Amino acid sequence: MAWNKKILRVNLSKGTCASEPLNMQWAQQYLGQRGLATKYLVAETDPKVDPLSPENKMIMTTGPLTGTMASTGGRYSVVTKGPLTGAIACSNSGGHFGAELKMAGWDMIIFEGKSPKPVYLWIENDKAELRDASHLWGTTTWHTEETIKAAHQDPQIRIASIGRAGENGVLYACVVNDLHRAAGRSGVGAVMGSKNLKAVAVRGTVGVGNIRDFKAFLQATKAAKKVLADNAVTGQGLPKFGTQVLMNVINEVGALPTRNANDVQFEGARKISAEAMHEKRPGDGKSNLVTNAACFGCTIACGRVSQVDKNHWSVVNSPKYWGATGGLEYENAWSLGAANGVDDLDALTVANMICNEDGMDPISFGATVGAIMELYQMGVLKKEQIGIESPFGSAQALIEMAHMTAEGRGFGKEIALGSARLTKKYGHPELSMSVKGQEFPAYDPRGIQGMGLTYATSNRGACHLRSYTVASEILGVPVKTDPLVTDGKADLVKAFQDATAAFDSSGTCIFTTFAWTLGDLAPQLDAACEGGWTLEKLAEVGERIWNMERQYNLAAGLTAKDDDLPKRLKTEPAKSGPAKGLVSGIDKMKPEYYKSRGWSAEGVPTKDTLARLGL
Amino acid sequence: MQKSLHIDPNKCTGCLQCEMACSYENYGAFNISKSRIKVFNFESAGRKVPYTCTQCAEAWCLHACPVDAIRIDAATGAKVVFENTCVGCKVCTIACPFGTINYVADSGKVQKCDLCGGQPACAEACPTGAITYVESDWTGLGKMRQWAEKTDTQPRA
Repeated sequence: MAWNKKILRVNLSKGTCASEPLNMQWAQQYLGQRGLATKYLVAETDPKVDPLSPENKMIMTTGPLTGTMASTGGRYSVVTKGPLTGAIACSNSGGHFGAELKMAGWDMIIFEGKSPKPVYLWIENDKAELRDASHLWGTTTWHTEETIKAAHQDPQIRIASIGRAGENGVLYACVVNDLHRAAGRSGVGAVMGSKNLKAVAVRGTVGVGNIRDFKAFLQATKAAKKVLADNAVTGQGLPKFGTQVLMNVINEVGALPTRNANDVQFEGARKISAEAMHEKRPGDGKSNLVTNAACFGCTIACGRVSQVDKNHWSVVNSPKYWGATGGLEYENAWSLGAANGVDDLDALTVANMICNEDGMDPISFGATVGAIMELYQMGVLKKEQIGIESPFGSAQALIEMAHMTAEGRGFGKEIALGSARLTKKYGHPELSMSVKGQEFPAYDPRGIQGMGLTYATSNRGACHLRSYTVASEILGVPVKTDPLVTDGKADLVKAFQDATAAFDSSGTCIFTTFAWTLGDLAPQLDAACEGGWTLEKLAEVGERIWNMERQYNLAAGLTAKDDDLPKRLKTEPAKSGPAKGLVSGIDKMKPEYYKSRGWSAEGVPTKDTLARLGL
Repeated sequence: MQKSLHIDPNKCTGCLQCEMACSYENYGAFNISKSRIKVFNFESAGRKVPYTCTQCAEAWCLHACPVDAIRIDAATGAKVVFENTCVGCKVCTIACPFGTINYVADSGKVQKCDLCGGQPACAEACPTGAITYVESDWTGLGKMRQWAEKTDTQPRA
């Protein structure tokens, strides 16, 4: 069990909310969250649908362990067809929203159609209704949360909403919950905005009680928590330094894409690192980092809570940015910082706040700014077009571009397109550091070869959270592999992809996998759910999900040609560091990967593979 | 020896494992809305603070109850609500200066922390040691030790 076995179907066109049973046969094949919601999307929509049309559906989904005492059991995902990529989009978030939805008695919400006017969905246990959101339209996620809580006179409501970015169709807009957690990638917020859905507000007081074997579950989750506590990364590194623990490490190994991937090491890395967040700054004598924080149920607590100097030029006239709020994670510190050559820690923190406040993916936004700065350096884009001098390293340009994109004014409307469309418009598509239209994150494939294959083959466009081979290639988890070679990476990427798909379908966080394997997840799931959840079954479910997503993308019109990296990574060697002289070996790894997957040379799953996985 | 729940907010990450443990102990489900310990989030200050009944020696709730439904557990010193006796008048919720005894609409009774009979589930579940169950007379021992460590004494010759 552990599933509530109940779906909320919301037809925004008709304004109706209806309850229906969860397909338990599918739950045995796809587990929950990412896998199960994708199965619903595949079954109910045409893969060729325009992502921003009413015909696309958007699913908010929990996993069987969401809302339980399993460590990190608070995750939910937003699954839809992504507007940035035209591929499957599945964005995962923590915070408290997912657990609240589960505790209200639901497994997932399927949104269909488009509301004629702005609305928000109000859920109080088994009651669900659409309410007018005209007064919230045009406002930020922060304002939306505050206003809804005040209107219902209940501070314990949990809310997921879009900011102005989602309303304005920023193609990498996200869905933000609990002020600074986000279903961040692939533009799921733009889909929500296209449906005139401003927010989902939930109060759940039913709880999660249908655990198959409570005693076994408490034992299994306790043992798994001990594994996390005893591990150096999840027990010490992540709580103290957050994911930012990586900044200096990745810079040292020469895999920190810098200034739109012109370089692989950033001279300012130390100034924007986890260590710098702990140091007292000269201005007000305080450190950027206030404390660490946990998402629901998480015993790791990698989250950063930061506060900037009130006298920093970017906020001196904006008191709303003076309080403590979500701080920089590694990917954001990279995308807003190294990717643009900006080394002002407080400025990056503020740019990140703007992204949270109005719901934009800082990875795609920051990487798009990097491409714009390169176009500016080349003279293709001028100050008059952008509205501000935009050389690499300009924190002022970064902050101004964040504001104009979030607010949908001026050149911000073009930044909103993402780097692939923007660079193409100005005649230099090769300057977009993206795959399938989505910008890649903070690991340079020239210095960490497995990440090149990861990016190229990720079903949701370039992404680190589909197979984090950094764990193996740099941190030695679960086994150390050489980051500079391509040998063995095809099998490594496949294994990571399949395991990740299973974790993403369970309700737990992928960061547990620095310490956990599927072998640690299986006993927790098995105690919670009927169906005999073994390591082997989970691995098969993961592979099934990966192939289902692949099938969806192929049907949507993507081909093997889309499994590729930007030219720069294949032709311009790394200029410094351990990877000096190297380019990505993607062309060698890709055929090996297709073979490892049981796909044809054109990247299509063979009949045997599909039959083996029951697809 | 009597023990007390001791809370160190500086160690709290806001994970709510304590609230889930409490609700499971008392209701057999993970239902944080039913938890007798609450973690408050002071967002702009970046602080999370777990809060629950401190088991006052002179308990206002106990004295206010007109039907003697709140009694002292001799083993733990906890002030315990006897549901069969409680009439749901809520006078105790008014008397309590801290708000840590609350009405539960589902049952028509009040609820408060009862120290789980001497093995508080919240303290057991807390991953960071923000909630501990320690000797009542020495809840300040850890803090004293921290300050003692900072005391500048010259090394002996």
